[in-house]
Amino acid sequence: MSDKYLVDIKNERLSFFTPAGEVKALNDVSIHLEPGEVLGIVGESGSGKSVTAYSLMGLTANPGKLIGGSLMFNDHQIENMTEREMRKIRGSEVSIIFQDPMTSLNPVYTIGNQIVEVIMLHTDKTRKEAKERAKELLELVGINEPSKRLKQYPHELSGGMRQRVMIAIALACEPKLLIADEPTTALDVTIQAQILELMMELKEKLGMAIIMITHDLGVVASMCDRIAVMYAGRIIEYGTTDDIFYNPKHMYTKGLIRSIPRLDATEHERLVPIEGTPVDLLNPPAGCPFAPRCEACMKICLRQMPPKAVFDEVHYTHCWLNQKEMMEKGEANE
Amino acid sequence: MSNEFIKVEHLKQYFPAGGHGKNKRFIQAVDDVNFTINKGETLGLVGESGCGKTTTGRSLLRLYEPTGGRFEFDNNVIFDVENKKFAKMDEFRKRMQIVFQDPYASLDPRMTVADIVGEAIDAHKLASSKQDRYDMIIEMLERVGLNSEHANRYPHEFSGGQRQRVGIARALAVRPDFIVCDEPVSALDVSIQAQVVNMFEDLQNEMGLTYLFIAHDLSIVKHISKNIGVMYLGRMVELADSFEITSHPVHPYTKSLISAIPIADPKIARESKRIVLEGDVPSPLNPPSGCRFRTRCKYATERCACEVPQFKEVSAGHYAACHNLDACN
Repeated sequence: MSDKYLVDIKNERLSFFTPAGEVKALNDVSIHLEPGEVLGIVGESGSGKSVTAYSLMGLTANPGKLIGGSLMFNDHQIENMTEREMRKIRGSEVSIIFQDPMTSLNPVYTIGNQIVEVIMLHTDKTRKEAKERAKELLELVGINEPSKRLKQYPHELSGGMRQRVMIAIALACEPKLLIADEPTTALDVTIQAQILELMMELKEKLGMAIIMITHDLGVVASMCDRIAVMYAGRIIEYGTTDDIFYNPKHMYTKGLIRSIPRLDATEHERLVPIEGTPVDLLNPPAGCPFAPRCEACMKICLRQMPPKAVFDEVHYTHCWLNQKEMMEKGEANE
Repeated sequence: MSNEFIKVEHLKQYFPAGGHGKNKRFIQAVDDVNFTINKGETLGLVGESGCGKTTTGRSLLRLYEPTGGRFEFDNNVIFDVENKKFAKMDEFRKRMQIVFQDPYASLDPRMTVADIVGEAIDAHKLASSKQDRYDMIIEMLERVGLNSEHANRYPHEFSGGQRQRVGIARALAVRPDFIVCDEPVSALDVSIQAQVVNMFEDLQNEMGLTYLFIAHDLSIVKHISKNIGVMYLGRMVELADSFEITSHPVHPYTKSLISAIPIADPKIARESKRIVLEGDVPSPLNPPSGCRFRTRCKYATERCACEVPQFKEVSAGHYAACHNLDACN
């Protein structure tokens, strides 16, 4: 079974040991991804969506520590790999684009320099060949006059252009997996549309899998095959895009979808917010982390973390309410 | 007309950007913007970064000295640059307030919440006694969903949503009529945004506030506003009722802006066709001649390059500035 997965994370637990105490950033997170699939991870700030993806690249060391679980990527067992081995696969087999393209490009090197660096590190191309490849890449991501751009510095480009350069660097070695961490949050909507279009086009062309981390439900709706909704370091609901949007089961997912105003609404409807404030991960509540904000909270929710409630092959939640509903249904069937 | 509470005509705001004498250059941040807002209503301003929406709000509050234009507030002329009339702002500052985008940066970390809210009360000498001042602070905090327990805490003890509530309480403390909301929810998490948006609506109903609501998120702006103005590179390109503008946009820029917004509904998202604009927004230092959108517009003709399109009414209450409305509709 697990052979066909590109990514297979099982029961990952990861904590950050800070002076203020242990922050349990990830609790029992399991994700798998097939080649060429697009997975969206949505959640609020601090829900662990970035940490999940970063741990796949081994970027959570100090003060982060993996406490349990197994991370498999492309037949590598990530948790057993040394830093040296990790460096070999970063950029070649898995690469990442960050939210803010200005701070993730080095301001004192030219664009060309930064692309060539990646190519020369991972292939045995000469500098000249690498430059040619860099030009091709810039063309691929839709930057015109690539030879002129190669000599420019990041500050000479606009935000959208910089994000295109980041994508070019990420794709330099045709990785099997691209992690996109809020790739369009810092961009304007018209530029966001350009970048999302470009990412989907490149996915078709190169056949890579994408993990898309975002808080924007609109972005995942148009791009992703599957969605994981995270809350306080746990995946509280997982399913296909249609499951999540048309048949959400967890109260948090429902609330999230309800709380965003729709552009195609025809009359004014009051928004239904999720009351309360996000969890303090230093002192997480016992039981379900969403319980203090949940309107359907039951006694057991405050005491014990709900087990998995499985609806079909893909769709599952962690919610006592769903457990209860399923049990009642089961009894009715008997 | 007395019900035009806010009336802005030909507002211009240029900023010097280097050079001397003849070569002096200006960033034309806002150029010839007109709108009105009725009492108790909300006008939303949307547009991409650098389009001048924030500058518009700040110019009205005279946080910048306007370069040109006229602004009437409740039948008082706040400024009229052509006739060199400028009102004394002291009394109007009480009536016009602003809520800023970043609740982390706009609160002084060394002041308690009571001091932050109380500072406005002190500045305008609104309280007659210490007890009166304290009561006013608590009342404001309760209005925004906080309570007296929060009064002696510092900003770092609050979450983003709570901080924005403090920012709103500070603006409300002087009992204003008009509030410029400058991206008040963009820094907040989705689940918290709805709480704050609802609060803005409640406060408007309770206190009869008039808002200029500035944001780049069109769905939020549509939700809260009666009318929406779309800005591009310092100019207003389209202004209409919020339902009208989202369902029947006429300006090619508004059309592409609306189609670019990802809709949180997978079936619609898969079917919808985006009108993807080529290229980036030109520099406001050297904006294109004529229509400023022409460099990215697929309907652009020669006329667009030499003549500035007039901002005119295309149907009742629906204004747009474009030469080729027939061609693109």
